[in-house]
Amino acid sequence: MTDTIKDVSKLTIKDVPNKDYFIWGHGACPGCGVAIAVKNIMKILGPETIVYVPASCLVVFGAQYPTSAFEVPYFFTAFENTGAMATGIRAALKRRGKKAHVVGLAGDGGTFDIGLQALSGAADRNEDMIYVCLDNEAYMNTGIQMSGATPFGAWTTTSPAGKVISGKRSFKKDIDHIVAAHGVPYQATLSIAHWNDFVRKVEKAKQVEGFRFLHVLTPCVPGWRSEASKSMEIARMAVETGMWTLYEAEKGESALTYKPKKMEPVIEYLKLQGRFAFMNEDDVNTLQRWLCHKWWLHYKDEVEAPPCYIYRTEKPMHMDGDPLHGA
Amino acid sequence: MVTRVISGDHAVAWGVRLARAEVIPAFPITPQTLIMELLSEFINDGELDADFIPGESEHSVMSIAVGASAGGVRTFTATSSQGLALMHEMLYAPPQIRLPVVLVNVNRSLGAAAGIWLEHNDSMPERESGWLQCYVEDNQEALDMTLQAFRIAEDHRVMLPVMICLDGFVLSHTVERVDVPDQAAVDGFLPKFVPVNVLDPDDPVVMNPICPPEYATEMRYQLDRTIDSTKSVIKEVGIDFAKRFGRSHGDLLDLYRMEDAEYALVAIGTAATTSRLVVDQLREGGKKVGLIRLRFMRPFPKEELREAVSGLKALGVFDRSVSFNSFGPIFTEVRGALAALHLPMTDHIGGLGGRDLTIEEMRDIFARIEENAIGKADRQVYWHGLRGQMQ
Repeated sequence: MTDTIKDVSKLTIKDVPNKDYFIWGHGACPGCGVAIAVKNIMKILGPETIVYVPASCLVVFGAQYPTSAFEVPYFFTAFENTGAMATGIRAALKRRGKKAHVVGLAGDGGTFDIGLQALSGAADRNEDMIYVCLDNEAYMNTGIQMSGATPFGAWTTTSPAGKVISGKRSFKKDIDHIVAAHGVPYQATLSIAHWNDFVRKVEKAKQVEGFRFLHVLTPCVPGWRSEASKSMEIARMAVETGMWTLYEAEKGESALTYKPKKMEPVIEYLKLQGRFAFMNEDDVNTLQRWLCHKWWLHYKDEVEAPPCYIYRTEKPMHMDGDPLHGA
Repeated sequence: MVTRVISGDHAVAWGVRLARAEVIPAFPITPQTLIMELLSEFINDGELDADFIPGESEHSVMSIAVGASAGGVRTFTATSSQGLALMHEMLYAPPQIRLPVVLVNVNRSLGAAAGIWLEHNDSMPERESGWLQCYVEDNQEALDMTLQAFRIAEDHRVMLPVMICLDGFVLSHTVERVDVPDQAAVDGFLPKFVPVNVLDPDDPVVMNPICPPEYATEMRYQLDRTIDSTKSVIKEVGIDFAKRFGRSHGDLLDLYRMEDAEYALVAIGTAATTSRLVVDQLREGGKKVGLIRLRFMRPFPKEELREAVSGLKALGVFDRSVSFNSFGPIFTEVRGALAALHLPMTDHIGGLGGRDLTIEEMRDIFARIEENAIGKADRQVYWHGLRGQMQ
């Protein structure tokens, strides 16, 4: 795409090449957000790409000896080292005078939690790589355990709906803020329901040099307890309710890339997924209140937020959810 | 050739410089840091054309090394103790993927009752990982084996990672006379690295995908057999090195005064130096004693050991680490290799946590082995230099 269209902002999904580098025959579930995201990222990045995948669903469904759905060089070793492994691969390419995109395709656990140190190291060194976080908001490969990316109130196998404690008690970690603190050249959040935006961001990441971070919300049918046919709808509703915000930051300058017309109540998102079925009214209200604060930080008063009028007069809640901490 | 008076760490750094390593990731840890400091100086002064990558942990350092090696370049790193333990997970990647990373581990005690001093309990557990593992006795051998490590690792019959171990402080921070070879001579000995499997978009490969049970057993077996077959390459490289540089540090075993020996000690690293002295003293007193210096823990020289101990009446093994409530790891391995011979054997544990291994203790070790030769040993495992009585 780079050769023909210079203005990335005018790209649409129609500009994505047909040739696949993550092909058919992989073992992902129907409606898997990760598979949809990876398939399209690989189409845009093209054949001059080396892929590193840490422990994740993708490592299981993407390639198993002696088969592979990747038609580009593929490497796997462990869970927590995406940033480091890409560093080594890039160093070798540089020494050998070879050009290729070095891409890490990690899950949320491999990014937010166990891989955070290697991510920070690579971002700090401004390694010339594209770090993709495929965020399905829990350790799905090991059977739906909560991670730092799991939203407040969500059921997982390690945040079960118990008689005393029900669902995850802390809020989703703001990994994008953490990455931004490293002053990286390019970072963006992506949704599999906003394709023109998706294509532009991957293409932009492809063209920028240095450390690039793409954070994709990838609905997970078995983990989110949702319908396979509803993955797109869920991804879209995440943005409309403020559970996901589409933006990008180039050299520290951040900009929204999509503004909803008005904020939908979070219940519209929660009710599409069984993982939130156990949330009581208080927890839904707590999550809504947290989202209202986030919404205001992201959109200010530019986008109407009807669900938030009841919180307008209250003291703003800190992002950790504790009202005592203040905003 | 230039003669320098340098520490063991600096001898390693000179070896890495002469080997023209291309990617060097590292994280600081005592007593390894002198290696990385000198390599950084070489690079920043333009004397070594390599990329120094400051990893943010040893786990990441080994990951970077594996990534760079998979990318097809000569890769070196060094660590010690807790650093090696943090690498543990990643140490299991390059043997099975057949990536010839060279690592120098400067031996230091691991874990609680913590210290920065010499013990072998950091590298001994890693002999399970599939790395070739060599222990050196002096600074000259540290340099020479760093050079040989690249040649052995990158040999297409081998393609395995090599770990060179040297005793912390006793070698790492102690200066000795070291002959540093000329670059041209080293270039003649060590050809450019020609990788076998490379991550390259021009020839895509899938490297280390998940491996189902239908294949894993065969892959493990292939690795086991390959490690065994590296013995001939190690010998060949040692002979070629001796021919070019006029030095040999022995074969897989380095035998000392074993010709007509009746009892002997197996030792690794600098403990061998102390025991050489004692062997000489005892020989002067008419005792028929000898030393078997074990240079490689992997490949483990089983056949060579069996041959070396023929004619002995008793054998002792010196261990600078212990597998708690069992034996020292070298004793376990040596006894396993010699089980069929029914040779009386004792295990001698000492020098832990940096405790000095004295001549007196070494004389005591040989005295115990001699007792065992005439059936008078009162135990199988002796702890030497212990304050108070052994239970």
